[in-house]
Amino acid sequence: MQWNSLSEFLAMGGYGFYVWVSFGATALCLIGEVVLVRRRHAAVADGDGGGVS
Amino acid sequence: MSVTDINWFKYSSPQALYPLAGKLTPWFSALAVILMGAGLYIGLLLAPTDFQQGDSYRIIFVHVPAAWMSMFLYVVMALWAAIGLGLKARPSYMMAQAIAPTGAMFTFLALLTGSLWGKPTWGTWWVWDARLTSELILFFLYLGVMLLRTSIDDARRADRASAVFALVGVVNVPIIYFSVQWWNTLHQGASVSATAAPKMAAMMLLAMLIMSLGFWMYSIAVILARLRCVIREREERSSVAGQVERPVAVGGV
Amino acid sequence: MTQLGLTDAVRDVIRRDLLVALRRRADALTTVVFFVIVTSLFPLGIGPEPAVLRMIAPGVLWVAALLSCLLSLGRLFTTDYVDGVLEQLVLVPQPLTVLVGAKVAAHWLISGLPIVLLAPVLGLQYGLGGDVLGVLTLSLLLGTPTLSLIGAIGAALTLGVRGSHVLIALLVLPLFIPVLIFGAGAVTSYIAGIGVEANLSLLGACLMLAVVLAPWATAAALRIALE
Repeated sequence: MQWNSLSEFLAMGGYGFYVWVSFGATALCLIGEVVLVRRRHAAVADGDGGGVS
Repeated sequence: MSVTDINWFKYSSPQALYPLAGKLTPWFSALAVILMGAGLYIGLLLAPTDFQQGDSYRIIFVHVPAAWMSMFLYVVMALWAAIGLGLKARPSYMMAQAIAPTGAMFTFLALLTGSLWGKPTWGTWWVWDARLTSELILFFLYLGVMLLRTSIDDARRADRASAVFALVGVVNVPIIYFSVQWWNTLHQGASVSATAAPKMAAMMLLAMLIMSLGFWMYSIAVILARLRCVIREREERSSVAGQVERPVAVGGV
Repeated sequence: MTQLGLTDAVRDVIRRDLLVALRRRADALTTVVFFVIVTSLFPLGIGPEPAVLRMIAPGVLWVAALLSCLLSLGRLFTTDYVDGVLEQLVLVPQPLTVLVGAKVAAHWLISGLPIVLLAPVLGLQYGLGGDVLGVLTLSLLLGTPTLSLIGAIGAALTLGVRGSHVLIALLVLPLFIPVLIFGAGAVTSYIAGIGVEANLSLLGACLMLAVVLAPWATAAALRIALE
């Protein structure tokens, strides 16, 4: 383990802003994409009578 | 140029693809979650601080995998496009269509995290060096592929035109890679190469590779899920007889 | 009819396109005038400082060449598409790839060559010296055919598509970037005294690659558009 405390971990040696914005944006994009695809799927699944499945 | 031109026999294939994609998605999703969890654990908690860059280097655990995926997915998309053009196979066009938004998203992430890494490392958000610029071109190429598809109403032509453009753009991907050697400016040389590998601590390399694998599994999962949407949407559209096909909404970025 | 040789067919296509351009002089002139106006606007926007102008000249002239090429691309296939000539080109026994090459050559003669010839004159506006103007002209001579070749792919892909004017810019401009970098880079590195060989060779390599691949892709795109 690299860190002695949570605040040290969050500070990332002074680079906390850059590191956490990067990881946060990545998480946001990945989760957002999953949500969008799910919503898209729901939209198609609702809309039709005889689906492929 | 209407729906009736579609070769209905090819439809048997997407029909088989739909449940298969549905079955595979949860497995790849689980793999993605496990790998990314492990990668984050090693990368953020175990990997040592870099003696030159401090902890800002930890951005590579998302930046490099995103950049790799952005290029890899483009090549895969072009491959499906080529197969589509060669075999006139509709499912491969659907794959290409499903890949594009995820590839564009990873390109965007690579640019964003690269910029966030550049600020503390080089003191500037953006440098016009070869790799960043090529990544930007790649982003435009993804947008081009997607917009060309949405602009053409006829699904058949949209498939084939965007496939041709994807293939034209793939000439750009090797340029992206070799451009580093052509005019290497502020950007450090490729961090991971046969010669440079010993520079990175084994733990860092491990975290990066696991994260890359995680992103890869994530891509497969989300692309298969989107493939199901695409199959469904197209089937729905063509089931309305006589109706001209509407542009496909390329959501999901 | 099938006995009409390939070279004859190529010559006919080029001659026809040149004749059409001659008859619609305003169209071809627009591109050239656009090039002149755009390059003349930059000093007005940036200021008359000679050192600054000399520094930005290669980039400005190259970007202007890029944009005027883009402006002329819409005409490359549209008229032939509308009056049905394009469908005949697809049907004739001569390979479409070669005929497309001929059309691109005509397009370069109409909209590329004038820019190459005008560039040294406009370079004077930016205070470029004699040998720099030579390098600039050479780089444009090597680069603008590549622009026409790549542009033809975009023109064929967006043929008859709604919003094609904007779409073609989005498709083609990113592909133009390597040409822009090497073209302007050749002039810049000459000014900096680094030598131009590397950039000009890469520009030549781009041209070779485009000559081999672009007509083929354009022909494929045309077939898709006409189907």
